Amino acid sequence: MSEAHHGSLQLRVKRIEAVTPEINRYTFSAADGSWLPPFSGGSHIRVLIPFEGETRRNAYSLMSSPYDTSEYQIAVRRVDEGKRGSIAMHRDVREGDVLSATIPANLFPVSKHARHHVFIAGGVGVTPIYAQLDELSLKGSSFELHLAVRGPEHAALGHELRERYGERVVLYGDGDGTRLNSYEILGGLPLGTHAYVCGPSRMVDDVIRAAHTHGWTDSHIHFERFEDLGSTGDPFSVTLARSGAVVEVSPEQSLLEAVEEAGHKLPYLCRGGACGECETEVLELEGTIDHRDDWLSESDRCTNKLIMPCVSRATCTKLVLNA
Amino acid sequence: MTAVSNPAGFTPDETYTPGGEYRFRNSREAVRRLPFPFPDDEYMYSMNLEPHVSAGTGALRAAFDVDEHYVSECAHRDQMLREMPGVHYLALPHMMEAQWDLLELIFESYNRDFPEHFTLTRNGNEWRWQNRLLGIDDSFTFGDPETLPMDPMEYATRQAQGEFVVLEERDNTLVIGAGMTTQRADYSLQFNLGMNFSEFHGPVPKLDKMGILDRALKFLLRMKPGHPVRRVNWSLTVHPRLETSVETLPDWAPDRARVTAENAGDMVYLRIELQPLHRLPRSNAIVFPVRTYLVSLAELVEHAPGWAKRVHRALASLDPELADYKGFHRYHGAAVEWLSRHDDGAPLATGYPWIEGGIQPGSGSPR
Repeated sequence: MSEAHHGSLQLRVKRIEAVTPEINRYTFSAADGSWLPPFSGGSHIRVLIPFEGETRRNAYSLMSSPYDTSEYQIAVRRVDEGKRGSIAMHRDVREGDVLSATIPANLFPVSKHARHHVFIAGGVGVTPIYAQLDELSLKGSSFELHLAVRGPEHAALGHELRERYGERVVLYGDGDGTRLNSYEILGGLPLGTHAYVCGPSRMVDDVIRAAHTHGWTDSHIHFERFEDLGSTGDPFSVTLARSGAVVEVSPEQSLLEAVEEAGHKLPYLCRGGACGECETEVLELEGTIDHRDDWLSESDRCTNKLIMPCVSRATCTKLVLNA
Repeated sequence: MTAVSNPAGFTPDETYTPGGEYRFRNSREAVRRLPFPFPDDEYMYSMNLEPHVSAGTGALRAAFDVDEHYVSECAHRDQMLREMPGVHYLALPHMMEAQWDLLELIFESYNRDFPEHFTLTRNGNEWRWQNRLLGIDDSFTFGDPETLPMDPMEYATRQAQGEFVVLEERDNTLVIGAGMTTQRADYSLQFNLGMNFSEFHGPVPKLDKMGILDRALKFLLRMKPGHPVRRVNWSLTVHPRLETSVETLPDWAPDRARVTAENAGDMVYLRIELQPLHRLPRSNAIVFPVRTYLVSLAELVEHAPGWAKRVHRALASLDPELADYKGFHRYHGAAVEWLSRHDDGAPLATGYPWIEGGIQPGSGSPR
């Protein structure tokens, strides 16, 4: 069972390049020299980054070609605020290091039915589009990319794509005073076009609004949200009432996995929050439950009397389960 | 594709058709390795999805199971495709990438799980595929359909047991984009092609009310490559007939009226469907395989009496609406009556047989 649930990749850092003052590009190969799993354009991996005794799980889009699985590439922008996983990537990770990562998953695939694809991106948001354009260009699909950068010193990735795809790549903010205007871009496109946006949330909102103003349907507007956290999150502890055992749930494991590791049993089947098998009664709670399942109804959730241990977590000082 | 004469342990001359006089039987080992689908005395339609990880030494050991009927089943597929071209295998044009994904998944799995029968040798995109059970040794370029004699999906699934439906993810639902379905249980691939998840589940009674469909879809959309899940399903069928599609209904439906409490043991087959779903890596499609196992009620009683008792109880307490949907209401009573003679009412373990403490086949008298 463990293999399928914790299945992770061991990636060796082959090369680190600084591509802008804030962005490093990392090239990985499989630590054991084998092939990496294939993926589709728009996929991401979660990299497990050791940081001051803890582990950060940051999602990064794969920007290398989906047709070459001898290596993966990601780009990491250093962000000084927040949980600071990117700082560790920039400061601590060296060529030759081995990092754990999840198998690629795709929450931002390209449409297979589009007549034309328009990509709008800001800064490091261009990374998933690298792989998507590779896929589309191999298939001979029609596309264009509009990329906004904060100045010429931040434009290296844009230049690289311009080199590959020529006029189909339009750069904004590269020292020539141009500004990306999504309303204008979307206005002149033929029916059957699909739009993809990746960048700061302000930009995503702006593109969605512009598309709606032009009368686009949601099925033709694509954007990525890294909301699929699976069953991981902040640590908490849980008390099993029947044995009195106190189990610590670490950030990397689900409540169910922690209970199993401690030698206790809970019923389960799907381990994905859908089947209802592991539904467990909450006897005491001081805090809030982070319900992540598809099983409990909205009213069940509000009562906080039930939890699905295979995916859900809690932010709490006390959680006692009838188990 | 010429089958080699008689590879050890395989029964290459079985038939699944009236023309071939339904020449099919299971060995004792084949029965006792089945993915038996009844964990409880009462059958409930449920979201019985679980991670598809190797379990035990039977049908759940491999990612895609191969058993003693492999050679005969591949021959049956070939026969069905020749008899009704364009009915059993269909693929929409934009599914080509998923076709290659599926070929890779099946061949890699067979190569890993049954190295004595299959060898896949990869040198970049130049692949060599050896299938010793069917006497195939082909080289082709992965990704180039010109280098294969037919579509990659047809090529791979002609050499695989079970049927395969490929679902494309579009607009937050799953749409049927391709299928190899020579073993259809009462539906039409042509009719269902292009339908989405709620549309092709339309005929299943009660599902909607129970909210199962929505939950199942959300779960499937979150599926990731490398993390397959499985479920088991079942039905009953008359004769060991694999192909019971809507298109050939006049050929097989009348047999349902010939079952009696006297002949049900030999005429009625439990049809077990093992469904291991995989997210495909390049196309982001999901493949929904249906690996069908046939076992007669008499074979169950002889080789797995514990399971026969369980089938009796599950059928006896079955909701008539489900029996109707599954297409056996006409002989439901006859099957229950025949089975009742082989059930002493002793308590049985609960849980699937591959789960610790689950129901085991029981010790029947060996032949």
